[in-house]
Amino acid sequence: MSTIDIETARRVAKLARIRVADESLPQLAEKLSGILDFMEQLNEVNVDGVEPMTSVTPMRLKRRQDGVTDGNMQDKILKNAPDAREGFFAVPKVVE
Amino acid sequence: MSLNKLTIADARDLLKKGEVTSVQLTEACLSAIESADALNAFVHKTPEIALERAKAADARIAQGDAPSMCGIPVGIKDLFCTEGVPSQAASNILKGFKPEYESTVTTQLRDAGAVMLGKLNMDEFAMGSSNESTCYGAAVNPWRREGETTPLTPGGSSGGSAAAVAADLCLGATGTDTGGSIRQPAAFTGTVGIKPTYGRCSRWGIVAYASSLDQAGPMTKSVRDAAIMLQAMAGHDAKDSTSADIAVPDFEAALTGDIRGQKIGIPREYRVDGMPADIAKLWEDGTAMLKDAGATIVDISLPHTKYALPTYYVIAPAEASSNLARYDGVRYGHRASLSSGEGINDLYEKTRAEGFGPEVQRRIMVGTFVLSAGFYDAYYNRARKVRALIKRDFEQAFEAGVDAILAPTTPSAAWGLGEMKDANPVEMYLQDVFTVTLNLAGLPGVAVPAGLDAKGLPLGLQLIGKPWGEAELLNTALVLEQAAGFVSKPAKWW
Repeated sequence: MSTIDIETARRVAKLARIRVADESLPQLAEKLSGILDFMEQLNEVNVDGVEPMTSVTPMRLKRRQDGVTDGNMQDKILKNAPDAREGFFAVPKVVE
Repeated sequence: MSLNKLTIADARDLLKKGEVTSVQLTEACLSAIESADALNAFVHKTPEIALERAKAADARIAQGDAPSMCGIPVGIKDLFCTEGVPSQAASNILKGFKPEYESTVTTQLRDAGAVMLGKLNMDEFAMGSSNESTCYGAAVNPWRREGETTPLTPGGSSGGSAAAVAADLCLGATGTDTGGSIRQPAAFTGTVGIKPTYGRCSRWGIVAYASSLDQAGPMTKSVRDAAIMLQAMAGHDAKDSTSADIAVPDFEAALTGDIRGQKIGIPREYRVDGMPADIAKLWEDGTAMLKDAGATIVDISLPHTKYALPTYYVIAPAEASSNLARYDGVRYGHRASLSSGEGINDLYEKTRAEGFGPEVQRRIMVGTFVLSAGFYDAYYNRARKVRALIKRDFEQAFEAGVDAILAPTTPSAAWGLGEMKDANPVEMYLQDVFTVTLNLAGLPGVAVPAGLDAKGLPLGLQLIGKPWGEAELLNTALVLEQAAGFVSKPAKWW
């Protein structure tokens, strides 16, 4: 049905926010195409009138009060941050 | 006998009688771990925590009324968040991450008095079948082919857990199973592993791979031990909306050894081309054992079996691509260093390129592709429909009166580390052919060691049960275990 060409591989890597060097794109495209070929078998299955599965065990999603159940743990939340300053996560400048 | 070689059941009984202490058990395991670095199973050791909990367990046992897991030393897969202890899913992207919280399953084990010895090696983000895709270097199977020294894979993704249990470094270990990650390593190491029904164990605090498939379960030296350990791990948790609010039966009490009148299905679609003779024979022998124990054997058909793997390899990467979007170098884990002029997108892209291993990157990108505009219906929605048909196959078998299904666990015994290095990803995926169907259907499955192949390596049989039928399933597994009489242990070389 479809193979992944180099341009598609580049676009997928971009969407996935994973940097892939230009010279690695052909190999990536080839591997992804191989996986996709494998998936093509699914086209043999007659799925007419079959609902896509949404939950593997029949269950109704539980509801709960929309209320605050915890909090006051800024230190804990920032503890593992690569760069935390003045109670915030720090990132490179986003807007000029 | 060295105390680390005990089963959980025997250790529990000795602890209750006051004939051993948890500290003694724990010290025996810690010293076994210290001399087993060649297996690369324990990747973060926590001897101080272990001894502290062992002392507390001894105090509790002395007061009487301690639960079965109290004082039992266990290993924890690196996928479980453990407070203050590195929990990095064998990934460089979580390097240095020390959670400020404890997963529900490990909290329950801790509350039951179990002693954590440390964190266990695995495939990165639980994606893999050989424990070679890991930032720690491969875990090594304690088993070797007769007369050879070639290092073998312990299977994956819970390879460190399987190696540690098989080598008696701990009495039991936690694993997780998304496509076979408990059962395949159990089969490769001659140990027992059960993947419970989806929703039986809370997923809260377990690093997510594919949320609709992931389940935690115990890996142990015996079926009885699996029952005891699962008891402590299972149960409803309000913090996991897919955790089932269903009473947990007494799994150990269900081990009667009586399966007379049970109907065991043998699925014809699992007789795949090129199945090794050893495995075909093991399957026949296991069938005969259950028949001798009074079960009725029936041939059944699960017609969509051959589509399980391609279905899995659409759904699991799709969910992974979404779950792993959180690793962006902002809140925890690795962050790439930037050159001047680089911005937030460079931060994301470089961090993820540096932090994720090749297989994880590949699955994220496959998932991104199948979820992208124009392909969502053709791949993702189609896979969800086929998944519904795979589940229906099992439902029809159970409706026709089948109580459990018997199949091999894996299409081969453990292979050599590096032997699959040049294989394409799909060849590696084929390892999951017998295990992945259950995850798609949400069913419980248990791997039981049942024999050795011609080269002296363990092989496993798998029993598949009805939803929430772990108690009956473990009882059937017990019958198989007793009839197979598997007592072999790997000869110590490490």
